[in-house]
Amino acid sequence: MSSYVAKPSPPNQDKRWKLVDATIRRQGQQARGLIETLHTVQEAFGYLDEQALRYVAMSLRVPLSRAYGVATFYHFFTLKPAGQHTCVICMGTACYIKGAPQLLDAVQRDLGIIPGETTTDKKVSLLTARCLGSCGLAPAVVYDQEVAGKVTTSAVREHLKKWASHDA
Amino acid sequence: MTPEELDEIAESERGAQSHFAQRVNVCVAAGCLSCQSQSVKDGLDREANRRGIKDHCQIKSVGCMGLCAEGPLVSTSSGVLYQKVQAEDGAAILDSLDGQPVSHLVCPTDVPFFQRQKKIVLENSGVIDPERIEDYIAAEGYAALIKALTEMTPREVIDQVTKSGLRGRGGAGYPTGLKWSTVSKSVGTKKYVICNGDEGDPGAFMDRSVLESDPHRVLEGMLIAAFAVGASEGFVYVRAEYPLAVKRLRTSIRQAERVGLLGSDICGTRFSFRVDVRLGAGAFVCGEETALIASVEGKRGTPRPRPPYPAMEGLFGEPTLINNVETFANIPAIIRKGGEWYAQIGTEKSKGTKVFALAGRVQNTGLVEVPMGISLREMVFEIGGGIPEGRKFKAVQTGGPSGGCLPSDCLDMPVDYESLAKAGSIMGSGGMIVMDESSCMVDVAKYFMDFCMTESCGKCIPCRVGTYQMHRILTAIGNMAATEQDLKMLEQLCDLLKHTSLCGLGQSAPNPVVSTLRSFAEEYRAHIQDHKCPAGVCVAQSEGETA
Repeated sequence: MSSYVAKPSPPNQDKRWKLVDATIRRQGQQARGLIETLHTVQEAFGYLDEQALRYVAMSLRVPLSRAYGVATFYHFFTLKPAGQHTCVICMGTACYIKGAPQLLDAVQRDLGIIPGETTTDKKVSLLTARCLGSCGLAPAVVYDQEVAGKVTTSAVREHLKKWASHDA
Repeated sequence: MTPEELDEIAESERGAQSHFAQRVNVCVAAGCLSCQSQSVKDGLDREANRRGIKDHCQIKSVGCMGLCAEGPLVSTSSGVLYQKVQAEDGAAILDSLDGQPVSHLVCPTDVPFFQRQKKIVLENSGVIDPERIEDYIAAEGYAALIKALTEMTPREVIDQVTKSGLRGRGGAGYPTGLKWSTVSKSVGTKKYVICNGDEGDPGAFMDRSVLESDPHRVLEGMLIAAFAVGASEGFVYVRAEYPLAVKRLRTSIRQAERVGLLGSDICGTRFSFRVDVRLGAGAFVCGEETALIASVEGKRGTPRPRPPYPAMEGLFGEPTLINNVETFANIPAIIRKGGEWYAQIGTEKSKGTKVFALAGRVQNTGLVEVPMGISLREMVFEIGGGIPEGRKFKAVQTGGPSGGCLPSDCLDMPVDYESLAKAGSIMGSGGMIVMDESSCMVDVAKYFMDFCMTESCGKCIPCRVGTYQMHRILTAIGNMAATEQDLKMLEQLCDLLKHTSLCGLGQSAPNPVVSTLRSFAEEYRAHIQDHKCPAGVCVAQSEGETA
């Protein structure tokens, strides 16, 4: 066992670091807890920025390069903040066969962004998923956290319009 | 927890259930939930409360009933299945319990989709409440674990699994008994059991449904495996994209710990086992066992050469047993009813049943469990109900990006490990995607190659560079800009990747191309020679954009 090294204190007073610290503790401050800890950070803050990666790396005593390497290896982690709403279009085989490319096309044209980007007004982020596992409902789209099945081009357009018009 | 205490829980739960003269089951697995089945459940609850019939009519949340395309699904104790139920239909359904079914919602169950299935893994799906351990125990849950712990030796458990002929349901079909026996003989200071729930193939949702509908079954399978191989710690590796499965799994682990089925000295024996959940983070390659182990260790999920196999040196360098969700879900039934019983089902070399996720251009999309050896024709046209909109069947894709497309002359082939491999595909984890004439096979091959190219971890060059080159050529073919020379190169690359890649991802990446080249060569030719896409999917790009 390595000698005891004091755990660094969180970068700022944000309460959400408490959640992160809880995961770090549960993983015994060990390198093996890296992915679990990054999941917690992303769940709490929405994305992983440099400050968070530095803090996690130091707390688990892994090189920053390894934390960065893991964060960029896995698709689920994002280093950029997401928009107010996220629209995930499933590109799994079943959805692909049933017209997901057309949906994506329409959304890309409407929003003027490609998957992985956020509109300039920070309202909507567009993402694609490898497979949501909702193949029985293909093509599927996730609006924020809600899965919608058998989506048509006009339905997705309508939903995006709703986001654009009301709520600030 | 002693066997007597388990009996007691089962008895009291059965007693509690028998108080209810009537029951309405509402599916709350992901498929139906995304069609608002929670509001259907709430509507039924409200209506039952209003009528004051809650003490003899139970409104129950259950797991997947299979026919996801027609959700939300509701079943009643009078044996009627309702489809596409809305929240406001609650009153009508409750009215119907003592009389005639609500005709406009009835989903016929005397059709092949339901009749041809044989349920072992899914026996509790759609019947029990996945968030209550008591319900699982009342349905003979954990009886197999108690039997193994109190009446059998680890050797006898492995013998039963070997006798059953069960093969790994993750895709490769390695005999489960043999794997267990290897791990049990391996020497290490500590052994691990890992459940592979990184269901990464696009078009597959079997593991998700099992974890959402019957999570305790998977835990029980892992516990029995741990007892058999001598492991003391386990991990369930689940995709973070399956939040509901993760939540129910965590709930079930907590419940099992509470009643003493997980932890130290289980059932008064010296057997101890702890389980933790590990979230995948969206990397297809993590379905490969050595990559998965790296990921559980908190590293980038890159595979390493085998041997040594995980059975000798796995997680943290210790002997590790890795099985798929569905494999573990088969175990309780095998131990309860015996290996011989299981071996009666299926074909000579592929025993038991297999869960398939039927999707794509087929009438009945959803989750089905069928005996091995059923023909593709039965799958697509009887269970699947055929192709909608009067179109013509073209191919069925099995095994995801590592599998192949089977054309119509393979329709009478039995579905088992050997036959699928002979036809140029693989069993895979159980995704089955039906395509009709509106799909272009070159486009499908390109789609899968794009997937493999993006998902290649980059560790070995044949896979990293080869998938890129193959994708480039397939794109050129789709753009009608390829030559015969390109086609030759494509064939060579198929061979190269298959034989020189480090792990299964690269080795099987050419499969979709090889199988479409074999069965749909004329489509490739039409693109290259006549600059035409027979299905009308690919459009020629102008000069500047090609390749």
